[in-house]
Amino acid sequence: MSFFIDDDRPIFAQIAIRVENDIIEEILKEEDQVPSTNQFAAYYNINPATAAKGVNLLVDKGILYKKRGIGMFVAAGARSRLLEDRKKQFDEQYVKPMLQEAAKLGITSGQVIELIRKGERGQ
Amino acid sequence: MTIIAEVNQLSKNYKQVKAVDSVSFKLEEGKIYGLLGRNGAGKTTIMQMLTAQMFPTSGGVKLFGEHPYENNKVLSQVCFIKESQKYPDYFNVADVLDVAASFFENWDAKYADQLVELFRLPRKRAIKKLSRGMLSSVGVIIGLASRAPLTIFDEPYLGLDAVARSMFYDELLHDYSQNPRTIVLSTHLIDEVNRLLEHVILIDQGRLLLDDDTESLRNKAFKVAGVKDKVEQFVEGLNVVNNEPFGGLITATVLQPLLPKMRQLAAEQSLEIVPLSLQDLIILLTKQNPDSYKEGVSS
Repeated sequence: MSFFIDDDRPIFAQIAIRVENDIIEEILKEEDQVPSTNQFAAYYNINPATAAKGVNLLVDKGILYKKRGIGMFVAAGARSRLLEDRKKQFDEQYVKPMLQEAAKLGITSGQVIELIRKGERGQ
Repeated sequence: MTIIAEVNQLSKNYKQVKAVDSVSFKLEEGKIYGLLGRNGAGKTTIMQMLTAQMFPTSGGVKLFGEHPYENNKVLSQVCFIKESQKYPDYFNVADVLDVAASFFENWDAKYADQLVELFRLPRKRAIKKLSRGMLSSVGVIIGLASRAPLTIFDEPYLGLDAVARSMFYDELLHDYSQNPRTIVLSTHLIDEVNRLLEHVILIDQGRLLLDDDTESLRNKAFKVAGVKDKVEQFVEGLNVVNNEPFGGLITATVLQPLLPKMRQLAAEQSLEIVPLSLQDLIILLTKQNPDSYKEGVSS
């Protein structure tokens, strides 16, 4: 579970991303129970309806499922599906901004690749 | 969703002054509303008419589907905590709570006791000897422990310190989770409460300016900053409501939703983008009229 939310993006979207991250990092495993909307609301000091909106977003995506009267659970296969999604977003979110910044600083793609290699070797 | 309160074309005139000018909105069951606006916007007047403490000049109010005037059945479902609530001089804290207990069907005496402890209120002290902040705590406690299906807090925290306010928010959220009901919070401390609100009603100069979900308001406007030429190019054709130049840089405020496409374009142009907070949005929407405080009546 991540600890902070900011006011830069819709709060429900942040709640959804927090849960997704926890699934990817296996803090929440498949078939684990997810905190209730009231628990989210109390923890983050947000309106329970906002928390519910975030959780329901993941229900609609099939990442979570509802057991009536019991609560929300992580669906089977949720992690591998999230990984696939995130890999698609990796280019947009990380590679493109990095190349833009590199271009601004006059770093060539050859140098970028060299830096990545260096990073891998832990230098 | 069940509608529990309905305000229809509500107006209140004081001689030439239109304190409230044909305002219409609905309150749904089990939501937390923020009734926001500047001083003198007409918020308190609206709440007084909503709770049948004042007659409108025109328009109507319905509470739980009925006319609220002298309607005990309906009014016993409503708890209205006013900023300047007066109590009989000879009452002490315990007396006030006893009277409140007899008013409200859902009154939770045990919870009221817990809150008295939490807010460190001296039970036996005369009301007139309480500090301003303690007096506000009495109102907050009554509002929470009443568990009224419609609970209205009008600036409940005059003189309340930051600790007590934060306890109020925690208790409000916690008790609301356990006992959902409709809550209206009228306040100027927008930054403090915006995460608690599900829906925002914004009043300015007696008129309804916004009636929208808080989450969708978070995406209603944004600021974009960067090199002047690039910003100007970026905002071309967009609804720019403010420009702040700073050397060769400029920050433009755009009153329309930020689309993912724009975010990407901004990143490519090395422009910085931040969505407008609820507080900034409301300042933006209500500051343009310098005569707003002249026309209204006290809020």
